[in-house]
Amino acid sequence: MDGGKPFLTFAQNPLDGVMERARWAAGAFAELDRATTLRIARAVAEAGHSRAQADAEAAVRETGFGVVAHKRLKNELCSRGVFDTYAGQDFVGPLAEPDRRIVKLARPAGVILALTPSTNPIATLNFKAVLAMLTRNAVVFSPHPLAKGCSIAAAEALAEAARKAGAPDGAIQVLREPTIPLVEAAMSDARVDLVLATGGPAVVQAAYRSGHPAYGVGPGNAPAYVHESADPVAAAKRLVDSKSFDNSILCTNESVVLADRVLADRLLEALRQAGAHVCSEAEADRLRALLWNAEGGFNVTGALGKDAAVIARAAGITVPPSTRILVVPFAKVQPEEPFAREKLAPVLGFARVDGPGEAGRAARAMMRHAGTGHSAGFHGRDEAALMAFARAAPALRVAVNVPLSQGAAGFGTNLGPTMTIGTGFAGGSALGENLRPDHLVNWVQIAQAADAEPARFDHISPWRAEPLLPAEAPISYSQGNPPGGPVGGKRAPVPGVDLPFGGSAVTARGPAAQDDMAALRAEIRALVLEELRAALQTA
Amino acid sequence: MLDYGLFRYTSKEEVLEKSIRYWNPGKTRFWQETGVDLVMGRREGYIIHDIDGRRLIDLHINGGTYNLGHRNAELIATLTTALEYFDIGNHWFPSVARTALAEALVNCSPGMSYAVFAPGGAEAADIAIKSARYATKRRKIVSIIKGYHGHAGLSVATGDDRFTKIFLSDRPDEFIQVPFNDLAAMEAALKGRDIAAVILETIPATYGFPMPAPGYLQGVRDLCTKYGTLYIADEVQTGFMRCGQMWGWQVFGVQPDLFIAAKGLSGGLYPIAVCMLGERAGGWLHEDGAAHISTTGGGEVGCFVAMRVLEILQRPETRANTRAVSEFFAEGFADLIRRHPDVVVGLRQMGTVMGVEFDHPEGAVAASRALYETGVWAIFSSLDKRVLQFKPGVLMSRALCEEVIERFDAAIPRLRALIAEMKG
Repeated sequence: MDGGKPFLTFAQNPLDGVMERARWAAGAFAELDRATTLRIARAVAEAGHSRAQADAEAAVRETGFGVVAHKRLKNELCSRGVFDTYAGQDFVGPLAEPDRRIVKLARPAGVILALTPSTNPIATLNFKAVLAMLTRNAVVFSPHPLAKGCSIAAAEALAEAARKAGAPDGAIQVLREPTIPLVEAAMSDARVDLVLATGGPAVVQAAYRSGHPAYGVGPGNAPAYVHESADPVAAAKRLVDSKSFDNSILCTNESVVLADRVLADRLLEALRQAGAHVCSEAEADRLRALLWNAEGGFNVTGALGKDAAVIARAAGITVPPSTRILVVPFAKVQPEEPFAREKLAPVLGFARVDGPGEAGRAARAMMRHAGTGHSAGFHGRDEAALMAFARAAPALRVAVNVPLSQGAAGFGTNLGPTMTIGTGFAGGSALGENLRPDHLVNWVQIAQAADAEPARFDHISPWRAEPLLPAEAPISYSQGNPPGGPVGGKRAPVPGVDLPFGGSAVTARGPAAQDDMAALRAEIRALVLEELRAALQTA
Repeated sequence: MLDYGLFRYTSKEEVLEKSIRYWNPGKTRFWQETGVDLVMGRREGYIIHDIDGRRLIDLHINGGTYNLGHRNAELIATLTTALEYFDIGNHWFPSVARTALAEALVNCSPGMSYAVFAPGGAEAADIAIKSARYATKRRKIVSIIKGYHGHAGLSVATGDDRFTKIFLSDRPDEFIQVPFNDLAAMEAALKGRDIAAVILETIPATYGFPMPAPGYLQGVRDLCTKYGTLYIADEVQTGFMRCGQMWGWQVFGVQPDLFIAAKGLSGGLYPIAVCMLGERAGGWLHEDGAAHISTTGGGEVGCFVAMRVLEILQRPETRANTRAVSEFFAEGFADLIRRHPDVVVGLRQMGTVMGVEFDHPEGAVAASRALYETGVWAIFSSLDKRVLQFKPGVLMSRALCEEVIERFDAAIPRLRALIAEMKG
């Protein structure tokens, strides 16, 4: 070492092995039948579900974002919950539509590169893994570096569950050193078929630049319009529940309450009753200085996903420790007001509006900066007002009379439970809905003439129950044929020959297995000796 | 115009003509007559191109030399970086690179204590034979009929008459041959207790990869132990994960006293081979370490390439890919045999080491030609022309494996016609 500096530094590219392995897995997976596919997907979902608490603790410990109990709930909903939602749907086929004279066969995307964020690392990972398994895709996870440890551990556990359930080897993999150059290389790797990007705008744009089909989603910044027809107490409870859920780390959380002027004061009082602290103007100034730097960047380390009381204390605001959210009234809903921007923290903007017309204009103003195509909330009973607001607000989902964090993500609504919210064309995404399994498959359509007798394919399945590459099985080989002797490409095992693919080297085996090996060897020796004796007798 | 900077040719014909005139008339003519008019040009991964541009998938990989592909990018980067600091070095002195590679090899070779380096497999085999003679103070070596261990002074004497008699290099008094898979013949050869070593390819390559009968290798091992003979495993073609583990002898659960490896260790970029010695076989290194000398054996830049080769081979992903390739072709050939039983009659396989059997004593020569015409290069077994050596690299992609099977299928009609012609 020359002053601690190595003489030579060797570049390495660990992608090759991972991507080739994924390609093999994708090829084998795409041949599997529905029963096997469901067994694999269920095993992965159950593994994620059983780890929900431990994973939640690990994520909060590693990132400092969010609330363990809420992360646990999300981890559960995104594993077993997502599986249960879609288990009844067929993403394999063949699916016959006799009336249309069409039969459909699923063709999976292939190799999915799935980026996962630091904010919801495990819920997103569970979600994308279950979706990939349901649709027979191989998935390579690229976790956010801030959540690397917990994500790798979780991904490996899911991979192990998939393996045990008979998934092809390499169906779930994770990049162990997700540096920015590596992730960029992975996104543009020719062996990737589809990129699923969840993360900041930079990541999403990189995914779209990769040249591969991609589902990337833009940031949120959701307005929640409380119409005068709303029950302010019920609305306030939903707002506080939603905004305090996992300390607002879901991009579907409410950013600004747009309250009809006639009920605004009653709503503020109800918010206080529900556990909110309503900031004074002086407190708002201190909070603004804490949450944003001079360039307008959000305080990731000090505020993102932190408890309301912690944020208040840091801003020098005295609140009771039970405070669930901070509410900041402000006058002008325009992008230059920081409180009108996305806040992945239990801090809720509050502005007064005069009816649905102004609410729609305010929604457009705040989402012009960020959040276009994402989510909006509505509280009230007036259908005309709801329709007017939904027409005007530039969101692709308007959740009504529910906590928006969960409702827009499909929990408690029928939007489809998701960790990936499509923000549509206006939001720079090819996806306008909540990401679902059917977004990860194409369908081969067998189309007959419109007036033909419909084909039934009743007893024909093109799929196999066992993958070509079961993760547990040993390598195959043929029984050795004597030179010029009988032939036939048989695959009979040679006793005593150990091919420990799947990581079960002889030395790693249990004592029982070693005994078996010893017994086999002894048997072979006995055979050999018998042969020798016979040979000597004839000699 | 074929312009390579330092030299140029107007055409492929000119290359062939000058190759006959200046290099090797016999070899050059042989391939032209066999219908394989290959002169290698560009190469990348498992693809080679003829200088006229024709693309071929390489399933010959020179016996495992291109196990990790031609011009593997990671290996090129390793060699290039190593050249910033190193050259061959000086064989007399201890070396950081040779020491590191020796340690890495010992660590992945259970039962071995030392690594002695050579520029190629034949010299490594000579080192093995010399080491066994030193350890046993015996002179005689037993090998199998149709075995193959190279062309140096001692190694060639273990092999087929074709390579010895022409050079008056056969030594029947010291080099005894017995039939493969025949333990009785092996015992008959060893029981005089005057044999220094048995040298065995774990699966004889040039013989067309006939599989050792169950218990055969262990039987040989036991006989060696019984009669004080050393067991030399030749892992030149079966090592480097090609059978599913780092060394073929591990797959068969047989412990050699010493073994040799070459080809794949070089990454196809820098010649290097090794003789791995157990404590007993390595005795001479204590008495006179300069008793065997090789200026280019263990050249230091080659050691870097070899270390990267070992590292790549030990990645879980490489292991997974090896298995995937093996499984794929096991299934692919089972299907081919079902559909063309009159042409393809069998597959010998251990991992990525495969021999495809045809229904004619020269069937593999015809198969080489038919496949060559269909964009695949695989070579027949010199010492059993019924069998085609089929050697996919351990990093082959699924897409390329699929293409191989498709091309194999497409070559069948031509192959059927060629075999019919030969049958007359």
